[in-house]
Order: sequence, then structure tokens, then C-alpha cells
Amino acid sequence: MTGLLFAALAGALFAIGIYLLMRRSILKLVIGLLLIGHAANLSIFTAGRLDSPIPPIMTQDAIQLNAPTADPLPQALILTAIVIGFGLQAFLIVLVRRIVGRNGVDDTDEMTSTDIVDRGQEDGK
Amino acid sequence: MSLLTLIVLLGFLAAAVAPALTSLLGRRVKFVLVLYPAGTFVALWLMVPQIENGNVIVESFSWVPALGVSLSFLLDGISALVGMIVSGIGALIIIYAGGYLRGHAQISRMYALLLFFMASMLGVVFSANLIGLFVFWELTSISSYLLIGFNHERLSSRAGALQALLVTGLGGLAMLAGFILMGMVGGSYEITELISRADVLRAHEFYPAMLLLVLLGAFTKSAQVPFHFWLPNAMEAPTPVSAYLHSATMVKAGVFLLARMMSILGGTDWWHYAVSFAGASTMFLGAFVAFYQSDLKRVLAFTTVSALGTLTLLLGLGTEEAVRAAMLFFLVHALYKGALFMVTGSIDHETGTRLLDRIGGLRRAMPITAVTAIVASLSMAGLPPMLGFLSKELLYEAKVQAPFASFLLISLGVLSNALMVGVAALVAFRPFFGKMKDTPKHPHEAPWSMWLGPATLTLISLVFGLLTAPLLGGLWNAAVISVHPEASPVALKLWHGLNEIVALSAFTVLLGLLLFWMRDRILAVIRPPAFLRALKAEQIYHLMIAGTLSFAKRVTAVFQDGLLRHYVMFVTLVVVMFGFWSLLAAGPIDLAEMSGGLHVHDVIIALVMLGGALMAAYSNSRLVVIGSLGIVGYGISMIFLLYGAPDLAMTQFAVETLSVVLFVLILARLPRIKDIVSNVVRVRDGVIAGLAGILLTVLLVIATAEPLSSRVSPFYSAASYLEAKGRNVVNVILVDFRGVDTLGEITVLAIAAVGVFALLRQGSKEGKP
Repeated sequence: MTGLLFAALAGALFAIGIYLLMRRSILKLVIGLLLIGHAANLSIFTAGRLDSPIPPIMTQDAIQLNAPTADPLPQALILTAIVIGFGLQAFLIVLVRRIVGRNGVDDTDEMTSTDIVDRGQEDGK
Repeated sequence: MSLLTLIVLLGFLAAAVAPALTSLLGRRVKFVLVLYPAGTFVALWLMVPQIENGNVIVESFSWVPALGVSLSFLLDGISALVGMIVSGIGALIIIYAGGYLRGHAQISRMYALLLFFMASMLGVVFSANLIGLFVFWELTSISSYLLIGFNHERLSSRAGALQALLVTGLGGLAMLAGFILMGMVGGSYEITELISRADVLRAHEFYPAMLLLVLLGAFTKSAQVPFHFWLPNAMEAPTPVSAYLHSATMVKAGVFLLARMMSILGGTDWWHYAVSFAGASTMFLGAFVAFYQSDLKRVLAFTTVSALGTLTLLLGLGTEEAVRAAMLFFLVHALYKGALFMVTGSIDHETGTRLLDRIGGLRRAMPITAVTAIVASLSMAGLPPMLGFLSKELLYEAKVQAPFASFLLISLGVLSNALMVGVAALVAFRPFFGKMKDTPKHPHEAPWSMWLGPATLTLISLVFGLLTAPLLGGLWNAAVISVHPEASPVALKLWHGLNEIVALSAFTVLLGLLLFWMRDRILAVIRPPAFLRALKAEQIYHLMIAGTLSFAKRVTAVFQDGLLRHYVMFVTLVVVMFGFWSLLAAGPIDLAEMSGGLHVHDVIIALVMLGGALMAAYSNSRLVVIGSLGIVGYGISMIFLLYGAPDLAMTQFAVETLSVVLFVLILARLPRIKDIVSNVVRVRDGVIAGLAGILLTVLLVIATAEPLSSRVSPFYSAASYLEAKGRNVVNVILVDFRGVDTLGEITVLAIAAVGVFALLRQGSKEGKP
């Protein structure tokens, strides 16, 4: 049942993430991306089975990992994902800061052109 | 022996080296390039005795064996006849083009494209496999496109080229669909195999569909009504191209296809009525419209349409007499029409115009051209002693003995042929007799390279007319037998004695001359009716093009309106739709693996995380949003900790703390979050997002419902200490077994750091940190 619970939680996080991707505020968009990242990590973790709470670490004198421990493979995958996700997050936050600082808006609906929008002219129309 | 394969491949090779040869040899290059078509012609001529009695030479190479596609070629009567027309006229055209485009900067492109076309066309003619035939067929369409658009700086050239490509290309696709149906039903793409299974194909319920699709290909290529309009527009091409592709060879590919298909798909009522009807209407309409044209080249273009209609009609009738007439007319038309087109090109080249009203009295200035044109016109009008006379006699004979609608066909035929006689007289007399007129250029005789081609073709028309049986009889009979296997060989004779056919001929000629005599008066009095001029098939083409473009614009406006959130919405919708669709097809899920208890603390963690995520979605306060995101992150760390992943938990804790700090530091001064959308949009987005979430959950449940059997994890568990001397298996995987991946990960982080640094520096330089 734990698997079902976390599968539902991953689905909920993913849904909220997608919902945020469809918002106009660029900050919400970034939050949405991060939530989707969490949902992905949780999905891998759940798919790797939650059978044992024992970490995949050997005792001092063992030469092999003896069952039952948690599966080490999904953990290795997720660890990489967390770190990469952090890199992406840092870059995104700074990028958003720059975009908003430069254009004065955080509305993705107004970011439809690669050219700098001349705000004064547009208001004058 | 693989002579045919060699011929086709050599052609593509010649096309590839033509530009280099041209820059090496200059003007003399035509004497080298002409060796390819001339050699091909001679080789085929020498092969004729081997196939005269109905033998077929087949060569086959495996190409895509998995799909039953082979590169196979065959030589029988009709492919030898058409192959010799393609290579023989091709040789003359190479010489002619050298004179016509003398000094043109892009002449090497012309040579290369002409040779490319020649090789493709020979491929069509020799192909013994339907897929191979289709490939070469499309190559001729592409070379035709490039050649019509040769003067690509002119808008009308480009439009004509595109039109030809679209019309013939669409037909080609239909034809491919027809071929695939034939292959499915017949179990093979080899033409010889399909002929032996013709009864099965003709009796199959798909027969009407495959016939219609193949006919679409043939009719578009051979400019049958209502697809005829591309051919006159293709006259934008330089004249050597018009003479070669758009009168003598490529446009005959459709007729050739009909002849090839006759022993597979022919002989049914569907075939007779569909093919004859298209042919008869094209024959008459082409001749009628040709009579009204004032541009010499368009006159010839419409008579070509009419001739293609005649050939189609004959193959539609499909009787022994009709096939005999068709095979002869195929050659006759190529000879006289190729010559007349080249003559027109010479006139245009020397006088600067080809409008009938502006040229006259050229017989003194251009005597050789004049004689050529007049003699070629005799063949077109079907007068003795030309080969054209013979073919017209056979034509009338076929129509008189037609199995159905004989009287109607004869009337239409006589009228069309009379119009042809009138047009022939027009072409023969208008430019060369009467008063000299002021032309843009002072006229003089064309250079030898430009009269050699038409004069040779016309001479052949004359000699073959006089000595038909010994020179042509074998090849012609072989061609007839290859199309109509039950036909018996007959001897060709110029004079059959006085009978009803000769009477019909005489009447036709008189009527034609009368039409020529009265042309100016007819044109002044009877204009084509207004509705006929308005009801042009070309309008449909333009409407279709405009419709396609505006449809594409509307679709783009809906799906790509420039708003990111809509893009996300459409992508999500499509994924959700297909995801659920395939889930429904898969059937119910077995939840047996999912049994087991549920810890209270797990539920609490999940609820707290859900609450955090909802707050992040709902709140418009930046601090609340960032704090809520932190709650979700810490929650996931707790899950990692509880289920045996302390490394993950530690990393996630560290990252989450850092990112909350980063957010607060940098985003604190952002404007307040505004999300100005209506509640309807919110609900719509909520539903779509909710469906996506449900899809993920269901997929996860399905994935975990299956028993897990991994070979990778046990390997790492066993080898971690023995091979890598590490007891924390996760760490060993990351820094040892998959160390290179981790190096890549570090590189990504370094790049991100450089990016962050650059963005921050740029921002501070502009004074707006």
C-alpha cells in the first residue's frame, strides 16, 4: 500500500507541476519545473520498490551486501538527478531574475518575441 | 548479362561528371556527352533481334529483400521501342542544347539535368519491379521540375515548375498506393509475376481502387483532362527541355505505364470506360484549344496534350488494332513533335519571338529550318508518304473497329485530326510564308547544331514512312506483342488501296485545310464560350494550393499561438490522450503486489507534501511559494530517510536549504506574482493537469505491480567491495562503476555555474543587478 500512496503522491506533485507550467507568471513556471523534478525522483524511488528500510551499506567486516536492503541502483540514479536538478534550478533562478529585471514583466504571455519589447511604444498604441 | 543495369547507372554517372567535363572541355563537351545516349541507342538497336519474337530479357539484383523489393530490369518490345526513342532523341537534344544555350553560364547544369533525366527515364522504361519503377518515375518528376525552372530567376518559370511537380508528384503518390495494393493482392512487386496472376488481381475486391490509383499516376504524368493544365505551363522551360521531356519522352511515361499495366489491370469494363473516356476527351479538348493559341510553343503544347489523349484512348480500347496503332503513333508523335519543338526553338532563338502574329516569310532567311518544319508538319497532318500517314490509317482502323461507341469515336477522331491538320498547316506556313515581318532580332539560319536534330528526326519520319516494313516492322511487332500478347505480327504497308479509311483520311485533310483557311474568321466569330474559359481545371489547382496554405496558417495559429502555456497544454493533452488510449487497450491491472500495511507517518508526510505543493500553486506571495516548495523538498528527504536512502536524504536536505536561500536572496525583489486568467481557464488547466497526474500514477502502479527482477542491482551488491573496495554501494556506483557519468554530471554543474556567473555579471554591468 505504501507504493500506492507514493504513486498517488508522485502523480499529485506532477499534476500540480504541470498546472504551474501553464501559468503566466514565470516564477510559478520555475516552481512547476522543480515540482515535476520531485515527482520524477519519487517515481523512480517508488518504482525501485520500498521493501526494506535498511540502507545498502555493508557492515564493517562484510565483503558483500546481503539482502534484504534497499535497492542501491535507483538511489544512484536519483542522487545524480538531485544534483543536476540543483544546477538547473540555480541557473533558472538567475535567468528569471535577469529576464524580469530587463523586461520589467514576469508574464510569459509577453515573452513571445526574441526582440526587446519597447514598453513605452506598446503602451502608446 | 546486365546491360540494362549498366545503361541506367552509367546515365547517372554521366550526369554527375557532366559539370566537371564541361568546365574542362568547354563547347566541345557535347561531343563527349552525346556518347552516352548514342551508345545506348546502338546497344538497344543491337538487342532488338533478341526480343523480336516476344522474348523478354530480365536482370535482377536484390535491393531491399525484406520488403520484396529488387532492382530488376527487363527488355521487351515496348521498352526497347521507348528506350530507343529516349536515347535517340536524347542524343540529338544534347547537341541541340549545346547550340541553343551556347555561351550560357549555366549550360553545365543543363547537360547534367538532361542526362539525369535520361537515366531516370530509361529506369522507368526498363523497370521490371513496381517499386523500382516508382522511384525512377519520381526521379523524372524531379528532373522535370529542375528543368522547367531552369531560368529560376523568372517567377513564371518557378510557378510552372512547382505546378508540374505538385500535379505529377501527387499522381505519383496515388500510383505508389495503387502499386502497394497490387503487391499486397498479387504477392509480388515483379511485373512478370503480376502478369501471371492478373486474373487474381482483376477479380479482387480492391481492383477498382488499385486501377483508379494507378490511373491517377498515369493521367497526371501524361497530362490527361482534367490534369492537363500543367503541361502548357511547363513550356516556361528552355526549348530543348520542352522538345525532349514535354513532348517526346517524359509525358509519354503515363502512356507507357498504361501499356505496361494493360496485361495486368486491363481488359475489364472499368479499364475500357475510364481510360477511353479520359483519352477521348483529352484528344478533342487538346486539339480544340491548340487551334486558338497564338504562341507557337503553346500551340504545340496543346497538340501534345491531344496526342497523349489519342494514345490513352487507343490503350483504353485495348483491341489488337488499337495497340498496333498506339505503338506506331507513340514513335510517330515523338519524331514529328520533337522536330517541331526544336524548329520552334530555332525560330525563337533567331528572331526573338515565337508569337504567330509577329513572324512570317522566314523561308528565305531560314531555308533548312523551313523545309524541316514543312516536312515534319506533313507527318503531323498524317499525309503520305510520311510515317504519320501510316499511323493515322491505323488509328482510324482501330476506331472503326472499336468494340463500343464506334461512331462517336470516329466523329471525335475526325474532328480532332482535322484540327490537327489545321494546326499543322499553321505551323508549316505561318512562320515561313507570307510577308517578312519585323522581328526583335534580324533572322538568319540557325547553326548546324540546331538544325541537325529536327532534320534528322524528320528524315527518319520520311524514310520510315517509305521503308516501314524492313526497318521498323520487327521492333513494332515486338512492341505490340509485349503489350497485347495475343496479337499476331502483321506487315506495315504505306498503301492499302482505296477503302473507307482512305476516304476518311481525305475528308479529314480537306476539313483541316478548310479550318486553316478560315482560321482568322473562325477566331473572330467563335470565341470559346465564356463558361468554358472560366471553368478552367487550373482554377481548381489554384484553389487547392490557396486552401492548403490557409488551412496550414489556421492550424498554426491554433496550435502555435506563441503562448508558452498553450504549447504545454497541447503537448500534455496529446500525451494524456494517447496514454489513456493505450491503457484502455491493455486491460485491467493486477494489484496483488500492492498489498501490505500503511504507516501513519507515511500518510502524514504525504499529506504535508501535498499541502505544500498546493500552497506553492495557490499562493501569490513569493515568500509563501518559496517556503512551500521547501516543505515539499524536506518531505521527500524524509521519505528517502525512511526507506533506506540516507545519502539521498542528506543531499536533498542540503540542496533544499541552499535553494531556499538562493530564492530568497535573488527573488525577493521581484514584482508580486500576478496570474490574470479567468476561472474557466484555471479549471481547464486543472483538469488537464489532473489527468496527466492520474496517468503518471496509473503507470507507476502498473510498473510496480509486476514482480521486479533486476540483474544489475545484485551485481553491484556483490561486486561493490570485491572489485571496488567500497562498502557504501550507492557511493561506489557513482564514483567507481559509473565514474565517467559522474564526471559528466560535474561538467554540467560547472557549465551551470559559469552560466550563473555570466548572467549575474552582465546584470550588474547594466546597473540593474
